[in-house]
Amino acid sequence: MRQRFNSVTKSANVSLISMNNITRIYDNICDWMDGSGPLSDIVVSSRIRLARNVSGFVFSTQADDQQREQLLRYLHDQVMETELKDDLWYLEMSRMAPLERLMLAERHLISGRLAEGNTGCGVAISHDESMALMLNEEDHVRVQVLASGLQLEETYENINRIDDLLEEKIEYTFSPQYGYLTACPTNVGTGMRVSVMLHLPALKMSGQIEKVFRAAGEMRLAVRGLYGEGTEPIGDFYQLSNQTTLGKTEQQIIEQLVSLAVEPIVEYERQARNKLLKDRMAALDDKIHRAVGTLTHARLISSEETAYLLSLLRLGIQLDRIKDKDISLRTVNELFLLTQPAHLQHHYKQTMDAGQRDELRARFIREHIR
Amino acid sequence: MQCQLCNKHATVHLTEIVNGHKTEKHLCEECAIKEGVTVKAHVPINDLLNNLMTAQKESQQIEDMTCPECNMTWRQFRKSGLLGCPHDYVAFEEPLRKLIERTQEGASTHVGRVPRHTGGRHFQRLTLIRLRQELQQAIEQEDYEAAVQLRDEISKCESN
Repeated sequence: MRQRFNSVTKSANVSLISMNNITRIYDNICDWMDGSGPLSDIVVSSRIRLARNVSGFVFSTQADDQQREQLLRYLHDQVMETELKDDLWYLEMSRMAPLERLMLAERHLISGRLAEGNTGCGVAISHDESMALMLNEEDHVRVQVLASGLQLEETYENINRIDDLLEEKIEYTFSPQYGYLTACPTNVGTGMRVSVMLHLPALKMSGQIEKVFRAAGEMRLAVRGLYGEGTEPIGDFYQLSNQTTLGKTEQQIIEQLVSLAVEPIVEYERQARNKLLKDRMAALDDKIHRAVGTLTHARLISSEETAYLLSLLRLGIQLDRIKDKDISLRTVNELFLLTQPAHLQHHYKQTMDAGQRDELRARFIREHIR
Repeated sequence: MQCQLCNKHATVHLTEIVNGHKTEKHLCEECAIKEGVTVKAHVPINDLLNNLMTAQKESQQIEDMTCPECNMTWRQFRKSGLLGCPHDYVAFEEPLRKLIERTQEGASTHVGRVPRHTGGRHFQRLTLIRLRQELQQAIEQEDYEAAVQLRDEISKCESN
Protein backbone atom coordinates (compact mmCIF):
# COMPACT_ATOMS: atom_id res chain seq x y z
CA MET A 1 0.00 0.00 0.00
CA ARG A 2 2.78 2.44 0.91
CA GLN A 3 4.66 1.57 -2.26
CA ARG A 4 1.66 2.54 -4.28
CA PHE A 5 1.64 5.98 -2.70
CA ASN A 6 5.26 6.56 -3.65
CA SER A 7 4.64 5.62 -7.23
CA VAL A 8 1.77 8.07 -7.56
CA THR A 9 2.14 10.45 -10.47
CA LYS A 10 4.02 13.53 -9.40
CA SER A 11 2.22 15.79 -11.80
CA ALA A 12 0.44 18.64 -10.09
CA ASN A 13 -1.09 19.94 -13.25
CA VAL A 14 -4.37 20.74 -11.61
CA SER A 15 -6.82 22.68 -13.70
CA LEU A 16 -8.97 24.81 -11.46
CA ILE A 17 -11.95 26.74 -12.56
CA SER A 18 -12.03 30.42 -11.78
CA MET A 19 -14.68 32.43 -9.97
CA ASN A 20 -15.96 33.18 -13.43
CA ASN A 21 -16.91 29.54 -13.78
CA ILE A 22 -18.79 29.53 -10.48
CA THR A 23 -20.92 32.26 -12.02
CA ARG A 24 -21.27 30.12 -15.12
CA ILE A 25 -22.44 27.24 -12.97
CA TYR A 26 -24.89 29.62 -11.26
CA ASP A 27 -26.28 30.89 -14.55
CA ASN A 28 -26.62 27.43 -15.98
CA ILE A 29 -29.97 25.85 -15.24
CA CYS A 30 -29.21 22.20 -15.44
CA ASP A 31 -31.14 20.13 -17.94
CA TRP A 32 -32.28 17.70 -15.30
CA MET A 33 -34.36 20.49 -13.76
CA ASP A 34 -36.19 21.46 -16.94
CA GLY A 35 -39.39 19.68 -15.91
CA SER A 36 -39.46 17.36 -18.91
CA GLY A 37 -38.88 13.61 -18.99
CA PRO A 38 -41.24 10.67 -18.50
CA LEU A 39 -43.72 10.95 -15.61
CA SER A 40 -42.25 14.34 -14.70
CA ASP A 41 -45.59 15.48 -13.25
CA ILE A 42 -44.67 13.32 -10.26
CA VAL A 43 -41.10 12.08 -10.76
CA VAL A 44 -38.93 15.19 -10.57
CA SER A 45 -35.60 13.52 -11.25
CA SER A 46 -33.68 10.24 -11.47
CA ARG A 47 -30.23 9.79 -10.00
CA ILE A 48 -27.73 6.95 -9.96
CA ARG A 49 -24.45 6.97 -8.10
CA LEU A 50 -21.64 4.43 -8.07
CA ALA A 51 -19.16 4.03 -5.22
CA ARG A 52 -15.64 2.98 -6.25
CA ASN A 53 -12.29 2.72 -4.51
CA VAL A 54 -8.85 2.65 -6.05
CA SER A 55 -6.88 -0.54 -5.57
CA GLY A 56 -3.84 -0.21 -3.29
CA PHE A 57 -5.00 2.74 -1.18
CA VAL A 58 -6.61 2.92 2.26
CA PHE A 59 -10.18 4.25 2.20
CA SER A 60 -10.53 8.06 2.24
CA THR A 61 -11.82 8.27 5.80
CA GLN A 62 -8.74 6.44 7.11
CA ALA A 63 -6.26 8.44 4.99
CA ASP A 64 -4.50 11.54 6.33
CA ASP A 65 -4.44 14.88 4.50
CA GLN A 66 -1.27 14.07 2.61
CA GLN A 67 -2.50 10.67 1.44
CA ARG A 68 -5.79 12.18 0.30
CA GLU A 69 -3.99 14.92 -1.62
CA GLN A 70 -1.79 12.35 -3.34
CA LEU A 71 -4.77 10.28 -4.33
CA LEU A 72 -6.64 13.38 -5.50
CA ARG A 73 -3.74 14.34 -7.83
CA TYR A 74 -3.62 10.78 -9.11
CA LEU A 75 -7.37 10.66 -9.75
CA HIS A 76 -7.37 14.11 -11.38
CA ASP A 77 -4.60 13.07 -13.76
CA GLN A 78 -6.31 9.78 -14.64
CA VAL A 79 -9.70 11.43 -15.22
CA MET A 80 -8.06 14.09 -17.41
CA GLU A 81 -6.68 11.33 -19.60
CA THR A 82 -10.13 10.01 -20.46
CA GLU A 83 -12.29 11.41 -23.21
CA LEU A 84 -14.45 13.01 -20.50
CA LYS A 85 -11.81 15.69 -19.96
CA ASP A 86 -13.08 18.32 -22.44
CA ASP A 87 -16.49 18.39 -20.80
CA LEU A 88 -15.37 18.79 -17.19
CA TRP A 89 -15.04 21.53 -14.64
CA TYR A 90 -12.65 20.51 -11.88
CA LEU A 91 -12.88 22.01 -8.40
CA GLU A 92 -10.89 21.43 -5.21
CA MET A 93 -12.90 21.86 -2.06
CA SER A 94 -10.15 23.37 0.09
CA ARG A 95 -9.65 26.16 -2.45
CA MET A 96 -13.28 27.19 -2.57
CA ALA A 97 -15.18 29.58 -0.33
CA PRO A 98 -17.77 27.97 1.98
CA LEU A 99 -20.61 29.69 0.09
CA GLU A 100 -19.38 28.33 -3.26
CA ARG A 101 -19.31 24.84 -1.83
CA LEU A 102 -22.79 25.29 -0.41
CA MET A 103 -23.99 26.38 -3.84
CA LEU A 104 -22.73 23.12 -5.36
CA ALA A 105 -24.42 21.15 -2.58
CA GLU A 106 -27.71 22.99 -3.20
CA ARG A 107 -27.40 21.84 -6.82
CA HIS A 108 -26.86 18.23 -5.69
CA LEU A 109 -23.43 18.32 -7.37
CA ILE A 110 -21.54 17.56 -4.19
CA SER A 111 -22.53 15.90 -0.92
CA GLY A 112 -22.68 17.51 2.50
CA ARG A 113 -19.48 15.67 3.40
CA LEU A 114 -17.61 17.25 0.48
CA ALA A 115 -19.10 20.68 1.25
CA GLU A 116 -17.22 20.62 4.57
CA GLY A 117 -14.20 21.60 2.47
CA ASN A 118 -11.64 19.15 3.77
CA THR A 119 -8.16 18.94 2.27
CA GLY A 120 -7.75 16.49 -0.58
CA CYS A 121 -11.39 16.44 -1.71
CA GLY A 122 -12.53 17.49 -5.15
CA VAL A 123 -15.22 17.24 -7.79
CA ALA A 124 -15.31 17.11 -11.58
CA ILE A 125 -18.61 18.30 -13.04
CA SER A 126 -19.82 17.91 -16.61
CA HIS A 127 -20.74 21.23 -18.23
CA ASP A 128 -24.44 20.36 -18.37
CA GLU A 129 -24.21 19.38 -14.66
CA SER A 130 -25.79 16.00 -15.32
CA MET A 131 -22.64 14.21 -14.14
CA ALA A 132 -20.44 14.71 -11.09
CA LEU A 133 -17.35 12.78 -10.07
CA MET A 134 -16.82 13.28 -6.36
CA LEU A 135 -13.26 12.52 -5.36
CA ASN A 136 -12.29 11.44 -1.84
CA GLU A 137 -15.81 11.42 -0.56
CA GLU A 138 -16.68 8.48 1.73
CA ASP A 139 -15.30 6.40 -1.14
CA HIS A 140 -12.42 7.43 -3.41
CA VAL A 141 -14.67 7.96 -6.39
CA ARG A 142 -18.39 8.57 -6.38
CA VAL A 143 -19.87 8.99 -9.82
CA GLN A 144 -23.37 10.40 -10.09
CA VAL A 145 -25.60 11.01 -13.07
CA LEU A 146 -28.84 12.99 -12.88
CA ALA A 147 -31.73 13.10 -15.34
CA SER A 148 -35.12 14.75 -15.49
CA GLY A 149 -38.23 12.64 -14.85
CA LEU A 150 -38.10 8.85 -14.65
CA GLN A 151 -35.14 7.83 -16.81
CA LEU A 152 -33.28 5.27 -14.76
CA GLU A 153 -32.43 2.92 -17.60
CA GLU A 154 -30.96 5.70 -19.73
CA THR A 155 -29.18 7.08 -16.68
CA TYR A 156 -27.67 3.67 -16.00
CA GLU A 157 -26.47 3.36 -19.59
CA ASN A 158 -24.80 6.74 -19.19
CA ILE A 159 -23.13 6.03 -15.90
CA ASN A 160 -22.04 2.58 -17.06
CA ARG A 161 -20.28 4.15 -20.04
CA ILE A 162 -18.53 6.63 -17.72
CA ASP A 163 -17.57 3.73 -15.44
CA ASP A 164 -16.07 1.94 -18.48
CA LEU A 165 -14.05 5.01 -19.43
CA LEU A 166 -12.71 5.45 -15.90
CA GLU A 167 -11.85 1.77 -15.56
CA GLU A 168 -9.61 2.02 -18.60
CA LYS A 169 -7.39 4.30 -16.49
CA ILE A 170 -8.09 3.39 -12.88
CA GLU A 171 -7.90 -0.02 -11.23
CA TYR A 172 -10.65 -0.33 -8.66
CA THR A 173 -10.61 -2.66 -5.69
CA PHE A 174 -12.89 -5.60 -6.39
CA SER A 175 -13.49 -8.99 -4.79
CA PRO A 176 -15.08 -11.90 -6.65
CA GLN A 177 -17.18 -12.57 -3.56
CA TYR A 178 -18.28 -9.08 -2.55
CA GLY A 179 -17.89 -7.14 -5.81
CA TYR A 180 -16.78 -3.50 -5.62
CA LEU A 181 -15.40 -2.95 -2.12
CA THR A 182 -16.66 0.17 -0.38
CA ALA A 183 -15.85 2.00 2.85
CA CYS A 184 -19.32 1.25 4.19
CA PRO A 185 -20.41 -2.38 3.77
CA THR A 186 -23.97 -1.22 3.05
CA ASN A 187 -22.73 -0.11 -0.41
CA VAL A 188 -20.70 -3.21 -1.24
CA GLY A 189 -21.33 -5.24 -4.42
CA THR A 190 -22.63 -3.01 -7.17
CA GLY A 191 -21.79 0.11 -5.15
CA MET A 192 -24.90 1.50 -6.74
CA ARG A 193 -27.54 3.74 -5.19
CA VAL A 194 -30.53 4.44 -7.42
CA SER A 195 -32.83 7.28 -6.38
CA VAL A 196 -35.89 9.02 -7.68
CA MET A 197 -37.21 12.33 -6.40
CA LEU A 198 -40.99 12.15 -6.09
CA HIS A 199 -43.44 15.01 -5.63
CA LEU A 200 -46.37 13.60 -3.63
CA PRO A 201 -48.55 16.49 -2.41
CA ALA A 202 -51.90 14.72 -2.91
CA LEU A 203 -50.85 11.61 -0.97
CA LYS A 204 -49.68 13.94 1.79
CA MET A 205 -52.91 15.97 1.80
CA SER A 206 -55.08 12.86 1.88
CA GLY A 207 -53.05 11.41 4.76
CA GLN A 208 -51.83 8.36 2.85
CA ILE A 209 -48.15 9.19 2.78
CA GLU A 210 -47.36 7.11 5.87
CA LYS A 211 -48.76 4.06 4.10
CA VAL A 212 -46.35 4.66 1.23
CA PHE A 213 -43.41 4.92 3.63
CA ARG A 214 -44.38 1.70 5.40
CA ALA A 215 -44.68 -0.20 2.11
CA ALA A 216 -41.34 1.20 0.94
CA GLY A 217 -39.71 0.13 4.19
CA GLU A 218 -41.03 -3.40 3.76
CA MET A 219 -39.42 -3.47 0.31
CA ARG A 220 -36.09 -2.43 1.82
CA LEU A 221 -36.22 0.97 0.18
CA ALA A 222 -35.19 4.18 1.91
CA VAL A 223 -37.34 7.32 1.92
CA ARG A 224 -35.45 10.54 2.51
CA GLY A 225 -35.76 14.29 2.08
CA LEU A 226 -34.70 16.55 -0.76
CA TYR A 227 -31.01 16.45 0.10
CA GLY A 228 -30.57 12.74 0.76
CA GLU A 229 -29.34 10.99 3.85
CA GLY A 230 -30.29 12.63 7.13
CA THR A 231 -32.49 15.32 5.66
CA GLU A 232 -36.16 15.93 6.38
CA PRO A 233 -38.68 15.98 3.56
CA ILE A 234 -39.46 19.56 2.49
CA GLY A 235 -42.39 20.65 0.36
CA ASP A 236 -43.73 17.12 -0.20
CA PHE A 237 -40.61 16.00 -2.07
CA TYR A 238 -39.39 12.55 -1.20
CA GLN A 239 -36.31 10.69 -2.36
CA LEU A 240 -36.82 6.96 -2.75
CA SER A 241 -33.78 4.71 -3.11
CA ASN A 242 -32.55 1.12 -2.91
CA GLN A 243 -30.78 -0.08 0.21
CA THR A 244 -29.67 -3.47 -1.07
CA THR A 245 -26.56 -3.28 -3.25
CA LEU A 246 -25.37 -6.90 -3.19
CA GLY A 247 -26.76 -10.13 -4.68
CA LYS A 248 -28.67 -8.40 -7.48
CA THR A 249 -27.53 -7.11 -10.84
CA GLU A 250 -27.71 -3.38 -11.55
CA GLN A 251 -30.60 -4.03 -13.93
CA GLN A 252 -32.50 -6.02 -11.30
CA ILE A 253 -32.07 -3.25 -8.72
CA ILE A 254 -33.43 -0.66 -11.17
CA GLU A 255 -36.24 -2.86 -12.41
CA GLN A 256 -37.41 -3.69 -8.89
CA LEU A 257 -37.34 -0.06 -7.77
CA VAL A 258 -39.35 1.03 -10.79
CA SER A 259 -41.91 -1.76 -11.03
CA LEU A 260 -42.43 -2.44 -7.31
CA ALA A 261 -42.28 1.10 -5.98
CA VAL A 262 -42.07 4.04 -8.38
CA GLU A 263 -44.82 3.01 -10.79
CA PRO A 264 -47.35 2.04 -8.11
CA ILE A 265 -46.63 5.21 -6.08
CA VAL A 266 -47.06 7.39 -9.20
CA GLU A 267 -50.39 5.67 -9.81
CA TYR A 268 -51.53 6.24 -6.18
CA GLU A 269 -50.53 9.91 -6.37
CA ARG A 270 -52.50 10.31 -9.63
CA GLN A 271 -55.56 8.69 -8.03
CA ALA A 272 -55.20 10.91 -4.97
CA ARG A 273 -54.95 14.01 -7.21
CA ASN A 274 -58.08 13.00 -9.14
CA LYS A 275 -59.93 12.38 -5.91
CA LEU A 276 -58.95 15.83 -4.63
CA LEU A 277 -60.21 17.39 -7.87
CA LYS A 278 -63.47 15.51 -7.60
CA ASP A 279 -64.25 15.76 -3.89
CA ARG A 280 -62.33 18.76 -2.55
CA MET A 281 -61.86 21.10 -5.48
CA ALA A 282 -62.69 24.30 -3.55
CA ALA A 283 -60.33 23.43 -0.70
CA LEU A 284 -57.60 22.50 -3.17
CA ASP A 285 -58.06 25.71 -5.21
CA ASP A 286 -58.01 27.72 -2.01
CA LYS A 287 -54.67 26.22 -0.96
CA ILE A 288 -53.14 26.72 -4.41
CA HIS A 289 -54.27 30.31 -4.81
CA ARG A 290 -53.31 31.26 -1.26
CA ALA A 291 -49.84 29.91 -2.14
CA VAL A 292 -49.75 32.07 -5.29
CA GLY A 293 -50.95 35.06 -3.25
CA THR A 294 -48.28 34.65 -0.58
CA LEU A 295 -45.50 34.03 -3.09
CA THR A 296 -46.40 37.13 -5.10
CA HIS A 297 -46.99 39.45 -2.13
CA ALA A 298 -44.88 38.32 0.83
CA ARG A 299 -42.17 40.68 2.07
CA LEU A 300 -40.37 38.10 4.27
CA ILE A 301 -40.26 34.41 3.46
CA SER A 302 -38.17 31.51 4.86
CA SER A 303 -36.82 28.71 2.68
CA GLU A 304 -39.15 26.20 4.40
CA GLU A 305 -42.23 28.28 3.63
CA THR A 306 -40.98 28.81 0.07
CA ALA A 307 -40.62 25.07 -0.48
CA TYR A 308 -44.08 24.43 0.94
CA LEU A 309 -45.70 27.09 -1.26
CA LEU A 310 -43.76 26.19 -4.40
CA SER A 311 -44.89 22.60 -3.91
CA LEU A 312 -48.52 23.78 -4.01
CA LEU A 313 -47.75 25.98 -7.02
CA ARG A 314 -46.26 22.98 -8.81
CA LEU A 315 -49.39 20.96 -8.08
CA GLY A 316 -51.55 23.85 -9.31
CA ILE A 317 -49.67 23.95 -12.62
CA GLN A 318 -49.87 20.17 -13.06
CA LEU A 319 -53.62 20.16 -12.42
CA ASP A 320 -54.15 23.25 -14.56
CA ARG A 321 -55.71 25.20 -11.68
CA ILE A 322 -53.82 28.46 -12.22
CA LYS A 323 -55.60 30.30 -15.04
CA ASP A 324 -54.65 33.93 -14.45
CA LYS A 325 -50.88 33.54 -14.44
CA ASP A 326 -48.42 32.09 -16.88
CA ILE A 327 -45.99 30.14 -14.72
CA SER A 328 -44.06 27.22 -16.17
CA LEU A 329 -42.84 24.14 -14.38
CA ARG A 330 -39.35 25.24 -15.30
CA THR A 331 -39.82 28.52 -13.41
CA VAL A 332 -40.98 26.64 -10.32
CA ASN A 333 -38.01 24.27 -10.51
CA GLU A 334 -35.65 27.21 -10.96
CA LEU A 335 -37.15 29.03 -8.00
CA PHE A 336 -36.60 25.98 -5.81
CA LEU A 337 -32.92 26.21 -6.58
CA LEU A 338 -32.34 29.96 -6.82
CA THR A 339 -34.04 30.75 -3.49
CA GLN A 340 -31.68 28.47 -1.56
CA PRO A 341 -29.34 30.39 0.81
CA ALA A 342 -26.10 30.15 -1.20
CA HIS A 343 -27.75 30.85 -4.56
CA LEU A 344 -29.55 33.86 -3.13
CA GLN A 345 -26.32 35.29 -1.68
CA HIS A 346 -24.51 34.72 -4.95
CA HIS A 347 -27.25 36.52 -6.87
CA TYR A 348 -27.28 39.58 -4.60
CA LYS A 349 -23.47 39.48 -4.30
CA GLN A 350 -23.47 39.80 -0.51
CA THR A 351 -23.34 37.61 2.56
CA MET A 352 -26.59 37.76 4.48
CA ASP A 353 -27.97 36.49 7.76
CA ALA A 354 -31.23 34.51 7.80
CA GLY A 355 -33.36 37.63 8.33
CA GLN A 356 -31.85 39.48 5.37
CA ARG A 357 -32.18 36.37 3.24
CA ASP A 358 -35.90 36.10 4.03
CA GLU A 359 -36.38 39.66 2.80
CA LEU A 360 -34.40 39.26 -0.42
CA ARG A 361 -35.89 35.83 -1.06
CA ALA A 362 -39.36 37.38 -1.00
CA ARG A 363 -38.20 40.11 -3.40
CA PHE A 364 -36.54 37.56 -5.72
CA ILE A 365 -39.73 35.48 -5.90
CA ARG A 366 -41.91 38.56 -6.56
CA GLU A 367 -39.66 39.46 -9.46
CA HIS A 368 -40.00 36.00 -10.99
CA ILE A 369 -43.72 35.34 -10.54
CA ARG A 370 -45.87 38.17 -11.76
CA MET B 1 -33.36 -28.22 59.00
CA GLN B 2 -33.53 -31.99 58.81
CA CYS B 3 -35.21 -34.07 56.13
CA GLN B 4 -38.68 -35.20 57.24
CA LEU B 5 -38.00 -38.77 55.98
CA CYS B 6 -34.37 -39.36 56.95
CA ASN B 7 -32.00 -37.41 59.10
CA LYS B 8 -29.98 -35.80 56.36
CA HIS B 9 -29.85 -32.06 55.82
CA ALA B 10 -32.96 -30.86 53.97
CA THR B 11 -32.21 -28.92 50.85
CA VAL B 12 -35.57 -29.10 49.06
CA HIS B 13 -38.38 -27.02 50.52
CA LEU B 14 -41.76 -27.53 48.92
CA THR B 15 -44.91 -25.55 49.69
CA GLU B 16 -48.11 -27.00 48.30
CA ILE B 17 -51.56 -25.49 48.48
CA VAL B 18 -54.30 -28.07 47.82
CA ASN B 19 -57.95 -26.96 48.18
CA GLY B 20 -56.85 -23.96 50.17
CA HIS B 21 -54.92 -26.17 52.58
CA LYS B 22 -51.23 -25.43 52.79
CA THR B 23 -48.65 -28.17 53.44
CA GLU B 24 -44.90 -27.76 53.68
CA LYS B 25 -42.35 -30.48 52.95
CA HIS B 26 -38.67 -30.34 53.82
CA LEU B 27 -36.65 -33.10 52.18
CA CYS B 28 -33.11 -34.02 51.32
CA GLU B 29 -32.26 -34.32 47.65
CA GLU B 30 -32.42 -38.16 47.59
CA CYS B 31 -35.80 -38.37 49.31
CA ALA B 32 -37.17 -35.59 47.12
CA ILE B 33 -36.32 -37.62 44.02
CA LYS B 34 -37.97 -40.71 45.57
CA GLU B 35 -41.07 -38.65 46.33
CA GLY B 36 -41.22 -37.57 42.70
CA VAL B 37 -40.26 -33.96 43.30
CA THR B 38 -38.15 -32.78 40.38
CA VAL B 39 -34.94 -31.30 41.54
CA LYS B 40 -33.10 -29.03 39.21
CA ALA B 41 -29.41 -29.39 39.79
CA HIS B 42 -27.16 -26.37 39.92
CA VAL B 43 -25.29 -27.47 36.78
CA PRO B 44 -27.41 -25.57 34.24
CA ILE B 45 -26.66 -22.31 36.01
CA ASN B 46 -22.99 -23.08 35.87
CA ASP B 47 -23.35 -23.99 32.23
CA LEU B 48 -25.19 -20.80 31.61
CA LEU B 49 -22.48 -18.75 33.26
CA ASN B 50 -19.81 -20.65 31.36
CA ASN B 51 -21.56 -20.05 28.07
CA LEU B 52 -22.00 -16.43 28.90
CA MET B 53 -18.34 -16.06 29.71
CA THR B 54 -17.25 -17.88 26.56
CA ALA B 55 -19.55 -15.68 24.51
CA GLN B 56 -18.12 -12.61 26.14
CA LYS B 57 -14.62 -13.86 25.54
CA GLU B 58 -15.48 -14.55 21.90
CA SER B 59 -17.03 -11.15 21.32
CA GLN B 60 -14.03 -9.66 23.09
CA GLN B 61 -11.86 -11.53 20.59
CA ILE B 62 -13.94 -10.25 17.69
CA GLU B 63 -13.85 -6.70 18.99
CA ASP B 64 -10.08 -6.83 19.21
CA MET B 65 -9.64 -8.18 15.67
CA THR B 66 -7.25 -5.86 13.86
CA CYS B 67 -6.54 -5.41 10.17
CA PRO B 68 -2.79 -5.79 9.56
CA GLU B 69 -2.94 -3.37 6.61
CA CYS B 70 -4.66 -0.32 8.13
CA ASN B 71 -4.65 -1.20 11.87
CA MET B 72 -8.36 -0.67 12.19
CA THR B 73 -10.07 -2.81 14.86
CA TRP B 74 -13.53 -4.33 14.63
CA ARG B 75 -14.49 -2.17 17.62
CA GLN B 76 -13.50 1.01 15.76
CA PHE B 77 -15.44 -0.09 12.72
CA ARG B 78 -18.57 -0.76 14.78
CA LYS B 79 -18.32 2.74 16.19
CA SER B 80 -17.85 4.61 12.89
CA GLY B 81 -19.61 2.24 10.46
CA LEU B 82 -16.79 2.78 7.97
CA LEU B 83 -14.00 0.37 7.14
CA GLY B 84 -10.38 1.47 6.89
CA CYS B 85 -9.13 -0.34 3.78
CA PRO B 86 -10.18 -3.04 1.29
CA HIS B 87 -8.25 -5.68 3.26
CA ASP B 88 -10.74 -5.28 6.14
CA TYR B 89 -13.10 -7.47 4.13
CA VAL B 90 -10.56 -10.29 4.61
CA ALA B 91 -9.38 -9.37 8.12
CA PHE B 92 -12.92 -9.20 9.56
CA GLU B 93 -14.22 -11.98 7.31
CA GLU B 94 -16.61 -13.75 9.67
CA PRO B 95 -18.29 -10.96 11.64
CA LEU B 96 -18.43 -8.83 8.50
CA ARG B 97 -20.08 -11.55 6.44
CA LYS B 98 -22.84 -11.87 9.07
CA LEU B 99 -23.32 -8.11 9.09
CA ILE B 100 -23.41 -7.93 5.29
CA GLU B 101 -25.96 -10.72 5.08
CA ARG B 102 -28.12 -8.91 7.62
CA THR B 103 -28.04 -5.62 5.73
CA GLN B 104 -28.21 -7.07 2.19
CA GLU B 105 -31.35 -9.22 2.39
CA GLY B 106 -29.29 -12.33 3.14
CA ALA B 107 -27.04 -11.95 0.09
CA SER B 108 -23.31 -12.49 0.36
CA THR B 109 -22.26 -12.82 -3.29
CA HIS B 110 -21.90 -10.16 -5.95
CA VAL B 111 -23.62 -10.86 -9.29
CA GLY B 112 -23.44 -7.42 -10.89
CA ARG B 113 -20.93 -5.56 -13.01
CA VAL B 114 -17.33 -6.75 -13.12
CA PRO B 115 -14.37 -4.40 -13.67
CA ARG B 116 -12.91 -4.42 -17.15
CA HIS B 117 -9.40 -5.24 -15.93
CA THR B 118 -10.34 -8.48 -14.16
CA GLY B 119 -10.99 -10.07 -17.54
CA GLY B 120 -13.50 -12.71 -18.48
CA ARG B 121 -13.00 -15.29 -15.73
CA HIS B 122 -15.00 -13.57 -12.99
CA PHE B 123 -17.47 -12.43 -15.53
CA GLN B 124 -18.16 -16.00 -16.62
CA ARG B 125 -18.52 -17.20 -13.03
CA LEU B 126 -20.96 -14.42 -12.25
CA THR B 127 -22.89 -14.98 -15.45
CA LEU B 128 -23.35 -18.60 -14.37
CA ILE B 129 -24.61 -17.57 -10.93
CA ARG B 130 -27.07 -15.17 -12.51
CA LEU B 131 -28.24 -17.65 -15.16
CA ARG B 132 -28.85 -20.32 -12.51
CA GLN B 133 -30.87 -17.82 -10.45
CA GLU B 134 -32.95 -16.99 -13.51
CA LEU B 135 -33.42 -20.68 -14.31
CA GLN B 136 -34.68 -21.29 -10.78
CA GLN B 137 -37.14 -18.41 -11.16
CA ALA B 138 -38.31 -19.64 -14.57
CA ILE B 139 -39.00 -23.09 -13.14
CA GLU B 140 -40.86 -21.62 -10.17
CA GLN B 141 -42.99 -19.57 -12.54
CA GLU B 142 -43.49 -22.62 -14.77
CA ASP B 143 -42.07 -20.71 -17.73
CA TYR B 144 -40.59 -23.80 -19.36
CA GLU B 145 -39.78 -22.13 -22.63
CA ALA B 146 -37.50 -19.67 -20.86
CA ALA B 147 -36.11 -22.48 -18.69
CA VAL B 148 -35.02 -24.51 -21.74
CA GLN B 149 -33.33 -21.44 -23.20
CA LEU B 150 -31.57 -20.69 -19.91
CA ARG B 151 -30.45 -24.32 -19.55
CA ASP B 152 -28.85 -24.14 -23.00
CA GLU B 153 -27.15 -20.87 -22.13
CA ILE B 154 -25.79 -22.39 -18.91
CA SER B 155 -24.31 -25.42 -20.64
CA LYS B 156 -22.80 -23.17 -23.31
CA CYS B 157 -21.29 -20.96 -20.64
CA GLU B 158 -19.97 -24.00 -18.71
CA SER B 159 -18.33 -25.57 -21.76
CA ASN B 160 -16.42 -22.34 -22.51
